[in-house]
Amino acid sequence: MEEFIEGWTARHGATRDQLLPLLHAVQEEAGYVQDALVPVIARALNLSRADVHGVVTFYHDFRRTPAGRHVVKLCRAESCQARGGAAIEAAAAQRLGVAMGETRSDGAVSLEPVYCLGLCAVGPNALVDGRPMARIDTAALDRIAAEVAA
Amino acid sequence: MKIYVSRDMASVALGADDVAQAFADAGCEVIRTGSRGLFSIEPLVEVETADGRIGYGPVGPWDVAAVLDGSHPNRLGAVDQLSFFAGQQRFTFARCGMIDPLSLTDYAAQDGWKGLDAARAMAPQAVVDAVKASGLRGRGGAGFPTGIKWQTVLDAPGTQKYIVCNADEGDSGTFADRMLMEGDPYCLIEGMAIAAHAVGAHHGYIYIRSEYPFAIYTMRLAIERSAHRIAPFTLEVREGAGAYVCGEETALLDSIEGKRGQVRAKPPLPALKGLFGQPTVINNVLSLAAVPFILAEGADAYAAVGFGRSRGTMPVQLAGNVRHGGLYEIGFGITLGELVNDIGGGTANGRPVRAVQVGGPLGAYFPPSMFHLPFDYESFAAAGGLIGHAGITVFDDSVDMAHMARFAMEFCAAESCGKCTPCRIGSTRGVEIVDRIMAARPTPPSVMPARAGISLAEGGAEEKGDPSVRWDDGVLGKALYSRSPSRIDSSLDAQTTLLRDLCDTMKYGSLCALGGFTPYPVLSALDYFPEDFGASPSPNLAPLKEAAE
Repeated sequence: MEEFIEGWTARHGATRDQLLPLLHAVQEEAGYVQDALVPVIARALNLSRADVHGVVTFYHDFRRTPAGRHVVKLCRAESCQARGGAAIEAAAAQRLGVAMGETRSDGAVSLEPVYCLGLCAVGPNALVDGRPMARIDTAALDRIAAEVAA
Repeated sequence: MKIYVSRDMASVALGADDVAQAFADAGCEVIRTGSRGLFSIEPLVEVETADGRIGYGPVGPWDVAAVLDGSHPNRLGAVDQLSFFAGQQRFTFARCGMIDPLSLTDYAAQDGWKGLDAARAMAPQAVVDAVKASGLRGRGGAGFPTGIKWQTVLDAPGTQKYIVCNADEGDSGTFADRMLMEGDPYCLIEGMAIAAHAVGAHHGYIYIRSEYPFAIYTMRLAIERSAHRIAPFTLEVREGAGAYVCGEETALLDSIEGKRGQVRAKPPLPALKGLFGQPTVINNVLSLAAVPFILAEGADAYAAVGFGRSRGTMPVQLAGNVRHGGLYEIGFGITLGELVNDIGGGTANGRPVRAVQVGGPLGAYFPPSMFHLPFDYESFAAAGGLIGHAGITVFDDSVDMAHMARFAMEFCAAESCGKCTPCRIGSTRGVEIVDRIMAARPTPPSVMPARAGISLAEGGAEEKGDPSVRWDDGVLGKALYSRSPSRIDSSLDAQTTLLRDLCDTMKYGSLCALGGFTPYPVLSALDYFPEDFGASPSPNLAPLKEAAE
């Protein structure tokens, strides 16, 4: 990853404002931002380790541990709640065998909250491995569970 | 045969990709557009015929033959003749759903770049004057006059100035920014180029939340393709990272600078010391996207529509449990009831509407008795709410408003940037207070027994406390504020008073709208739906107190 970071900064610049784009790139490449990379990133952008750690931990998107092989992001915001989101959230946790905000112990799936995907008239909504899905009901949850098991 | 299918994220979530593929497999020429904006007819396909574009929706991939021979039962006719569209005044969203969003030819053919060409033929001051004359106000929610903001940046000394577009549309119930960026990205680019000419900026940023991958993709491609058209102005997309508070303008600027998205104290205004300390125009997507129309058609044409001091159109978003959800662009002044009942058609499941939240997670909840409110900035402010980004989330009669008040506090606690105490700590205390109220109240009729996933009684345990302390021990036994949970007066009355007091502190003591406006949903729920907080119709508190102990 050190090489990746070096190459990235050579292409995109090593100014402070590149920190978020770099963190996105690292996460895209490695799946998460390992704590061990924080000093490397800090050095690359001439920042303190505390500074980089502060940014990594501030933003919900950045993971410090690997996600499951599949990631199900389920919307918890008001418009999805108005369409039965709370019941779907409970059902999803049960079908996928993982609590909201956690990764299943076998590493197959992470169930994560998201606050609004902007599909507010057709909820409850989810992003399943980056693919948007609307009007999630128990049948849709079965399909998601089958996908995760495959 | 030419077929139009939307590639909007909502349409794709409903299966539009499979539909498009099925038509392509059948040998049709498929053109992917943005969404028209009515999601109850998505996935929508439009077939080009001698009589214009004929819509069918919703359709699935198995419907290809029936659509192509015109026999499909969901034939809608000309989509813009549907009642949902016929009453709209589409100034900003005129092209959305009509054209291939990334086609420069389509954009130019539909009046694209007219505004930019007009602006570049004018002196910067004249452009700012036109925006002022249009009466355009910030569409992100604050409603600050856009022209005055631009004037401040134009007058600010300095050669390095920036245009920043706030596309961190985090409010639940809003999706207009997303639809525009996916359906007509050049419109936003044109608006930003006009702003750049008006204030003398050379570079701009579009900060898009990471939850909008389709918008990020479309905007990046559109910027690449239109670079020659907006030169010497340059643009880039910055992707957010899941922090709601970055929708606050100063937190957004810090985020672009590579810092934690923490709110800055104002002054200095971003217009004077914004991005990298330089004068910066920071506007919402809808504000910037309204500008090309104003320059192309004239400020008067825009200002001719509207209500009171709210001029022009607002792309209203109907969301939640609503029958005809989608985007409805209309001049200010239409009533809330018309929007929810006449245009939205009431709830999707046919139950009575109990509450609507206007303006996202920081907006007030209104009951149907407030449906006479005209949609404009001042009327909503006077009624203790805000129009915000004009999202309307509809709830049916099964909603538990105490739970929604709790969620507002919970959301604020999860998303607080941590800079100011009322927001950082107050939100957590707010969750605890609502928990105590929910533990002490009688079960309201709206609460269904099988309401999964909500912890109704979590806060109940701590009130049991020391049995030797009796509630009628006088003032000491009934502290509103105490470090010892056993001494807190957990009666509904006392906790409701405490909640109102906390809301007052958050409202007036927070640095930004997150902590400052979270009281709106909480207080409006308390005011309009007291029965969900155990307050009435029969506030018989004595037995409740015992139950809590």
